[in-house]
Amino acid sequence: MTAEEIIKPENKVYAKPDLLNDNHMHYCPGCSHGVVHRLIAEIVEEMGIADKTIGIAPVGCAVFAYKYVDIDWIEAAHGRAPAIATAVKRLNPSRMVFTYQGDGDLAAIGTCETIHAANRGENIAIIFINNGIYGMTGGQMAPTTLEGMKTSTTPYGRRIDLNGYPLKISDLLVQLDGTCYVTRQAVHTPAAVRKTKAAIKQAFLNSMEGRGTSLVEIVSTCNSGWKMSPVESNKWMEENMFAKYPLGDLKNTVKK
Amino acid sequence: MEEDVRLMKGNEAIAHAAIRYGADGYFGYPITPQSEILETLEAEMPWETTGMVVLQAESEVAAINMVYAGAACGKAVFTSSSSPGVSLKQEGISYIAAGELPALIVNVMRGGPGLGTIHPSQADYFQATKGGGHGDYHLIVLAPSSVQEMADFVGLGFDLAFKYRTPAMILADGIVGQMMEKVVLPPQRPRRTDEEIAAQCPWAITGRPATRKPNVMTTLELDSYQMERNNERFQRTYRLIEQNEVRYQEYYTDDAEYLIVAFGSIARICLKSIEEARKNGVKIGLLRPITLWPFAYDRIAELSKQVKGMQCVELNAGQMIEDVRLAVEGRVPVTHFGRLGGIVPNPNEVLESFYSQFPTAKK
Repeated sequence: MTAEEIIKPENKVYAKPDLLNDNHMHYCPGCSHGVVHRLIAEIVEEMGIADKTIGIAPVGCAVFAYKYVDIDWIEAAHGRAPAIATAVKRLNPSRMVFTYQGDGDLAAIGTCETIHAANRGENIAIIFINNGIYGMTGGQMAPTTLEGMKTSTTPYGRRIDLNGYPLKISDLLVQLDGTCYVTRQAVHTPAAVRKTKAAIKQAFLNSMEGRGTSLVEIVSTCNSGWKMSPVESNKWMEENMFAKYPLGDLKNTVKK
Repeated sequence: MEEDVRLMKGNEAIAHAAIRYGADGYFGYPITPQSEILETLEAEMPWETTGMVVLQAESEVAAINMVYAGAACGKAVFTSSSSPGVSLKQEGISYIAAGELPALIVNVMRGGPGLGTIHPSQADYFQATKGGGHGDYHLIVLAPSSVQEMADFVGLGFDLAFKYRTPAMILADGIVGQMMEKVVLPPQRPRRTDEEIAAQCPWAITGRPATRKPNVMTTLELDSYQMERNNERFQRTYRLIEQNEVRYQEYYTDDAEYLIVAFGSIARICLKSIEEARKNGVKIGLLRPITLWPFAYDRIAELSKQVKGMQCVELNAGQMIEDVRLAVEGRVPVTHFGRLGGIVPNPNEVLESFYSQFPTAKK
């Protein structure tokens, strides 16, 4: 086939979703955020619910999520996204409401809002990017930072006696009666991306159907913060992060 | 529901007035002396009648962020708390102001600082009128002195908040929150429909129809030049509010030789003191600021050319007196009388303090 034949519309197998606009993303090369943003845009487009979707952006690297996905967004104060999503969904029950949060936002400063929104069984989807570090502020320790992991505030490695244990917050949320779906995924391989897409879609459906709180944790890399190449980061994540944060469904009360 | 005359507490009047205004949501957290607002709303179950959402949040911080969220959706939403809880809300209030969002916050003040007391106070005047949270912003601050005004200021607060797209606060004290009086409740207004909200608030977060660009509610702006322009826009709104919305009430000022300035419940105690003094021919007038921001600088400046002295009576160590002195510009002496920590003076104490500070006034 010639190049002209290959690019014919009928041969097209994949395209950037329209909801993902052409703004240059500020994310570092190799960062997981861009992939997850694209998945959200794809899913909202495929479900045909752009007019019913309201996203809550966090404080953290994804603070500008609203610049890249062309839906209605509310930018939250640090950690408050689940409280904001609670009010948005209660005041607009027909809408699909999701938060997009990092580990510091969701599992440190916002732990209270996260647990109580989930415990009330708010009909919202929480997309949780866990890369074990504060990216935007320059690589400080996160609640999910692994033992021994070096960050700018644990320059000799996280010490349990000083900093406590890595927080497995998704496992905590499994215990709450208000959660209907808790899963841990990743986006480091094409297969993992497909599984994550299915998980986010399930979470969005749960919000639309009013089934309770869904949490999709996505174990991610931060090659800038981790000071590794993107390839090294993926390998390090598989060997170290997955050991502490194993992938798979932790809870699913929705009958298939 | 038709207009209705009832006997109730100020806190209860706020809850009933909000339902009747057609408010879309309330988000609060219990704290004395204002818990009756949440309790009354839960007992009234307005979600069954008007569709209003009522939620007991996990904290004051969560509650104010829920209000930020509801306001971003163009909804008429409010929260209430008392002093320590309102301190917790300050971050969220700053965001609401920065987002140019209409919302109503009720503070039924108690004695501070710290956990303080549960008794009436006006010690949050600085916090309410000078910003409170971070950044250059103002709230429209309404100070009720009766149960009727507790009810009336719910509608007024929402109307002003929507008119100027800025948060408004009802700054009450524990007395007006807890005391029972006769109150006329307004007839039930319907809540606005989604279509009405979209028309009134084209900026509202509703889910994006294909016919418009995305609506984004954010208070973040990394371009300092743009952030300066945003601030200049906020300030233009504040100047407009200062021009249009100063509210106060005067008693016996026509022939006044002295002036007492007091707001909220203590203004009513002062009125009693003044009436006693007038029986002895001592001509004291009362100016009761109704809006604490914007403040009645111009009227107080005018009166400072008429009277020999002014006394500010406040349930604090002297906060509003700073604004009164700014207005008076040294033309006449301005003194202060206040009780602290939850103590409320009686009319005789007010008068004794006045005579001790203005001994030549006594006939």
